[in-house]
This record gives sequence, structure tokens and C-alpha cells, in this order.
Amino acid sequence: MTKIDDIRDTFFQECDDLLEALNDGLGQLGDSADDAAFDDQTVNAVFRAVHSIKGGAAAFALDSLVKFSHHFESVLDLMRSGKVQPSIDLLKICQKAADHLTDLVASARSGNDQTGLYDQDLAAKLLAFGNPDSGEVAAPEQDFGFVPMIIPISLDFDTPTDTSTFIIKFTATYQLFANGNDPVHLFRELADLGEYSVTADTSELPDFDDLKWDDIHIKWEIRLTTARHLSDISDVFEFVDGLCALSILRLEDELATETPPQLPDIVQQKTALIAPAAQTPTDEDQKLQRGTTEKISASPKASVRVDLDLVDKLINIVGELVINQAVLTQCIDDAGLPESSQTRASLNEFKTLARDIQENMMAIRAQSVKPLFQRMARIAREASDIAGKSVRFETLGETTEVDRTVIERLVDPLTHIIRNSVDHGVEDPARRRDAGKTETGCITLSAAHRSGRVLIEVSDDGAGINRPKVLEIAVSKGLISADAVLSDSEIDQLLFLPGFSTAKVVTNLSGRGVGMDVVRSAIQKLGGRVNISSQPGKGTTIAFSLPLTLAVLDGMVVNVAGQTMVVPITAIIETLRPKAEDIHLIGAEGYVVSIRNKLIPIIDLGQVFGHRNQVGRLSDMVLLLVESDRKQPWALAVDGIYDQRQVVIKSLENNYGHVPGVAAATILGDGKIALIIDPEEATERYRPQGQMRQLQGLEEV
Amino acid sequence: MQSAAQISQADLRELVTFKVGEQDYCIDIMSVREIRGWTPATVLPYAPSYVLGVINLRGTIVPIVDLSARLNLGRSEPDSRHVVVITAINNQMVGLLVNSVSDIMSVNRSAVQPVPEAASEATGAHIEGVIAIDDRMLRVIDLQVVIPSIGEREIG
Repeated sequence: MTKIDDIRDTFFQECDDLLEALNDGLGQLGDSADDAAFDDQTVNAVFRAVHSIKGGAAAFALDSLVKFSHHFESVLDLMRSGKVQPSIDLLKICQKAADHLTDLVASARSGNDQTGLYDQDLAAKLLAFGNPDSGEVAAPEQDFGFVPMIIPISLDFDTPTDTSTFIIKFTATYQLFANGNDPVHLFRELADLGEYSVTADTSELPDFDDLKWDDIHIKWEIRLTTARHLSDISDVFEFVDGLCALSILRLEDELATETPPQLPDIVQQKTALIAPAAQTPTDEDQKLQRGTTEKISASPKASVRVDLDLVDKLINIVGELVINQAVLTQCIDDAGLPESSQTRASLNEFKTLARDIQENMMAIRAQSVKPLFQRMARIAREASDIAGKSVRFETLGETTEVDRTVIERLVDPLTHIIRNSVDHGVEDPARRRDAGKTETGCITLSAAHRSGRVLIEVSDDGAGINRPKVLEIAVSKGLISADAVLSDSEIDQLLFLPGFSTAKVVTNLSGRGVGMDVVRSAIQKLGGRVNISSQPGKGTTIAFSLPLTLAVLDGMVVNVAGQTMVVPITAIIETLRPKAEDIHLIGAEGYVVSIRNKLIPIIDLGQVFGHRNQVGRLSDMVLLLVESDRKQPWALAVDGIYDQRQVVIKSLENNYGHVPGVAAATILGDGKIALIIDPEEATERYRPQGQMRQLQGLEEV
Repeated sequence: MQSAAQISQADLRELVTFKVGEQDYCIDIMSVREIRGWTPATVLPYAPSYVLGVINLRGTIVPIVDLSARLNLGRSEPDSRHVVVITAINNQMVGLLVNSVSDIMSVNRSAVQPVPEAASEATGAHIEGVIAIDDRMLRVIDLQVVIPSIGEREIG
């Protein structure tokens, strides 16, 4: 990879962060839009995010990106200066602009031409906001990038009626020049503001022989007489913020009062950073030092960017360590060392350490769900626009951390669910009003850790599931028999059947009837479960319960016709040893077991995996009750249970391919491989198609 | 200026030769990762008959192909004298069960002759060519064909 590609990569990585900050900021603004106390800091943060993207994009000649972010930035700048009041409408456009910016960044990243993507309408809208009056505000378009923009701003507070004289003391640092800035440009900007004179303080200039070429020796004092406000002047120095020692003082203030001038927030942020060591602060200097509050921004926790491959590799190695530890344990067991021996004590310590390392490794790969939630917020916005409904989208627990791979694979299912919630869940405004609800619907997306798993919930305050209709459709589509008696939750489960769709019209959003069963299988592939609950008139909640990681899993090690296999514990509801009289035969091969007056079909795993042709002696076997996707429990018959332990998941797909009924493989303490069963697929394989109807009938027994 | 030695170097092909049943086979040494003794494999359900199962190779799951069964020479009854040749092509690692490894030899590329018509279709398809050396015949295995490609297994 060439160096420029490296830098480009870094830019796009930063863009991710900046877009996150942008969305964050806009979200906050949206929340506080009605408040009189409008948060300047947030607007500034938003502005800076867009500005940084623009700057970076200019460096890589990503023209559409630069152009769009420029329009966007102009609007934000007006907002920042208080010239444009942030209204709900404006914020909506800003949201859209942020979404569009995300798209542009994404397409630039993949190296596509963005000119086709560039949204003229949106840019025009932004422009309309950006130029409320004459159009004097927008800087000429060629001026992208690093040139500071001068925007005449009239501020409500403390508007100087007459011209006043400012004394500006400016000392550049080495870094300022290193970054390619030049004070002369700044001074020219100042000269544009009014009557101005500059004197260079060369008193610290050493003799020519002692002169170090890259040291800073000159200080400048500028006397500026202007009608402009102080903030206009400090804006000139915005892009060298932190790279110079700067003080700005209005002459009258100094004469009139002894206290430092009252400055608007925006100015207070710009703080003189490094005072050159040679400069001994005099009384006057201190007085001049504007903004006595040295703002130390809450610096984010130090972090490093690490190549994901490296993390994945480390996780694999840690997996090896866990396996190795299991091997060691077995060796020591086999050696028959006494419980109290030194070796065993050390082994126990080793176990603890291995587990610690593993947990911390997992924490490294864990990411907060925030970017995912922001993406979903966008989906909700777009969906509600298309559906013509007014929807408020709320998120809870967005700092919850989940394994990266889990997050990636949550995008599609969540998108489906949120679109469904907007389309089917939330009613249109008129119906909501009739039902005595607010016209704006509310969809809440929440994440939380619950007993070693992650719980993600999407709930809406809509009409809830229309159960009679669901039942009617299920019957008409032949998914259940007409006389089936189902409980409410069983009806809700019907939504997950393949080919089920209640929408009368297939809309842009949903209604193709592929959604929910795809959601379900996607979540189950992640080792998760989906739950749906609904209250008529009050809303629907769909909950995912997911494992924290895809690298390890708690499994039950079982014996299947002499083969050691692992069943994920999350799938198992209970285990039991059946009594001979509880096992009944239906037809030639169909065994069922009666558990608490419910008849549950039995599947012999040994038969499923072809280890034996005949069903084994069920009364000698152990049954594992598992939940299947139809909420119909199945009993998996195994020859015995060995153990219950954490196992490292190893892919079979890399070197071989998918094996039906098998999710993955793992390595046991003796170094042997055991296959991890996918109970869903195992029962699926065994079960003849269209047996649902027959099974529904069984429940009534 | 290129030396004659360099040219001939490029023309040489290094091959690992081994016995399957009573026949001599060989594969390019570049695709061989390691050679190890047979250890019982974990049986894979729904696998083709020539796939004996998977073994743990330092944490990687590696499927084992019974080369004898794959070449239609009859299934072998693997025991500790059998040898597994671990091969890697296209990032896929597969072990080949053979009776024994004989030798590593360099042959000139031009020594590889096309497969004679006499070869049965099942065996011939898995061989990219033959080499006649002394009074022996080496069959060069086409790994791409012999190794079950990923995804081919979907059918139960």
C-alpha cells in the first residue's frame, strides 16, 4: 500500500468518527430545539465535524464531498453565529444533509464517482438556508479547504455601536509554520476588517550568529480599529487555534474596567495555548490574556487504532490458549495428581489467567452499539418520510458493547424490524388522534446486558398486532388449520412463518413477507433468540437476546452414538431421562414423549447424523428439550451427557464447507474435534415439510 | 545475462511422491504443508465416502481425504502406518491419506506426459499427467480436482 493510500485510509477512519460526532450533535440539537438555551458547544462540535470532513476531502480532491460539505458547513456556521435560528425544519434538513454526507463519504471510500450521487435538491435547500438574505454570506466556492472564511456576523449582544480599537498580541509557534500557516495571511484578513497597523517585536531576536532558523523569535502587536465585534477578530485566528499565543483586547475595556472583558462562549474557547518560555508575563499581559478560563476540554480516553485482522488473530491465539489449558487439565487428571498438589494449584491460576485474557480480548473486539443505532435512526427517519408518518426515534443504552461481528450481522434484521415498526406498527396521524394518542409515534431502540447476553429491543407505541387478522391470514395461506386454537403468543409467533405477510399492499418499506422469518433465522445464526410481544392498542415489542461473542459458547458435551458432540446451552430448555411409559410411537418411526401432559416429538441425533440407522433405545437415552423456530419444542435424544463447558468455536467452512445440522466445530481437552450441533437445522432436516399442521393438533392433547 | 543453471532451475519441478495402494503418485512440493502420521479423525455427517473426517492441526480444522477412495482404488482401512499429507491450495487446507511417502524428486517440466487414454475415467480425471522414471510410472495428481471445493458439500 502506498503512503497516500495510508493517509486516505486514515482520513476515512476519521470520517467515521466525525460522522458519529455529527450525528450525535444533531441528535442533541434535536432534543433541545425547543429550549431557549441553545447549546453553542454542540453547534460548534457539529460545525467542526463537517469542516474537518471538508478539509480532508479537499486534500483528496473529492469534489462532490467538498462541495456538499461546504454548503452544509455554511448553514451550520450561520447557526453557530446565531444568525439563523435552528428550527425543527432546519434540523430536519441538517439530518438529511448528514445522511447524505454519510453516503458521499461511503461512496468516496469505495472509490466510486460521486457526481451521480450528489443530491442537488438537498444542496439547494441548504443553500436557501445558508443565504437568508442577500447571499453575501456564502464564501466563494473556490475557497475550499484551509483558507479561513470571513463571515460578517451581527450579534445580538454587546454590539459595538462605534468603532473600537483592539490590541492583538500574536506569537506563532513552530507548529503553526510546520502546518503550512503563515501569519501574513492572518494579518491580511485583519487588514480587511478595518484600520490596522502591525509592529513586530524583534527584541528577542538573537545575534545573527546565534540565530536558529527554525525558532520563533518575533512577536507581533496589531492595533486594529474596526466596527466589527471581537468574535470576528478571533474568527480570523480560528484555524491557528492552539498553534499560537494570542491575546485580543479592546482598548476601551482596558481603560474602563479592570476586569477581563465579557466574551461570548465562542471566544472563550479560543485560548492562548503556549506562551513562549522567554515571555515573562507582566501585569498588563495577564490583564490582556483574554478568557481567563483556560478551557481544558474533557479529553477523550487515549485509544489506539488497531488493524482488525490483528485483533482477530489474537483472539484465535487466545482460543488456542483456552484449548491448550483444557488439554493440560486433562493431562493432569490422567496423571492422577492429588488435589492438593502444587501442579494443580498452578493449573488453577493458569485457568484464571487464561479466562482473564480471553475476557479482555473479547472486550477489545467489543464495540458500542452506537454507530448501529445511529444507522437505525436514519432508517427510521427515511422510513417515516416514505410512509408519511411522524415518528420520533429514541435510543437507550447505546454505550452497550457487543462483539463487532455480532453488530455487523444485526444491521439487516434491525433494519427489517424498524421498517416494519414504522410501516405496520405506528398508525397514521389521523388514526392515532382518534385513539387518543399523540400524532407523533414513538419507536424505541434499546440495548442492555442481561445475564451474560445482550438484549436488544425495538418497541413502538402503535396499534399492536391485529391477532384476528393474523390468524385469518395464516389460515387462508394454509399455514395453520382452520380449527386450530392458538394462544395469543402463539398467534404472534405466526408472524415468523416463511411467506407470511399482513400488508394488503406491498409498500416500498415492507410487506413482501420475507422480513420476519429472515430476521428470525439471521438472529438464530448468531446464537440468539427472537421474542415478540404485543398489546392491542398499546404497541409491539420485538426483543433479540444475543450472545456477547461468536468466539466461544457454553455448550453441553454429549455422546451421540459414540461420537462426542456439543449442543449450545442457549438452545436447551431442559434435559430429562424419559420413563419407558412416557414414550409413545406414532406410525412406524414417529416417537413422542409425554412431558407434563404435552406430547413432544423426539429426534434421535444419532439417526439424524447417520451414525445409526434405527432409533436407539430411547428409554436408555437422555432427552434434551430444545426450542425450535416455531416455538414447538423438540426432544433431541442423545446417548449421554459428559460435561458442560465453554468451548471455542472453530469454523468448518474455511477448509471444508457447511455440514447440515452442524454449526461449527470445537477442539476438546484431548485435542479431538467435536462438532457443535445447530439444533434448529438438525430438527429442520429431520422434520418433513408441512408437518406444522399436524403438530399444531398435537398441542391440544 | 542469465546463466544456464537458472534456466534449468525454472524448468525443474519438485515433487513429493507417495504410494496409494500399490501405485505411485506425486504432487507438487509447493502445495505440501507438512506430512504427519494418521490419527483418528472426527467423522463428519453427510460427507462423501472419501472424506474420512476432520482432524485438529494445531487449532485448525482440517478435513482428511482418503486418496485411495477418491481415485476409485477402494477404501483404505487407515492405521498408524498410514500417512497424511497436509496440502494447501487456494487457502484451503486438506489432508490426503496415503499409504506411505516415498521420496522427493526433481523432474524436468517436459518430462510430464499427458494422461494415456488407458486410464479409467474416474482416475484419469484426477491426474494432470504421468512421468515415466526408470521402470516406474508417477501419476501427477491434480489437487484442484481431488480436493473437494468449499461449498460443494451442500447436498446431504
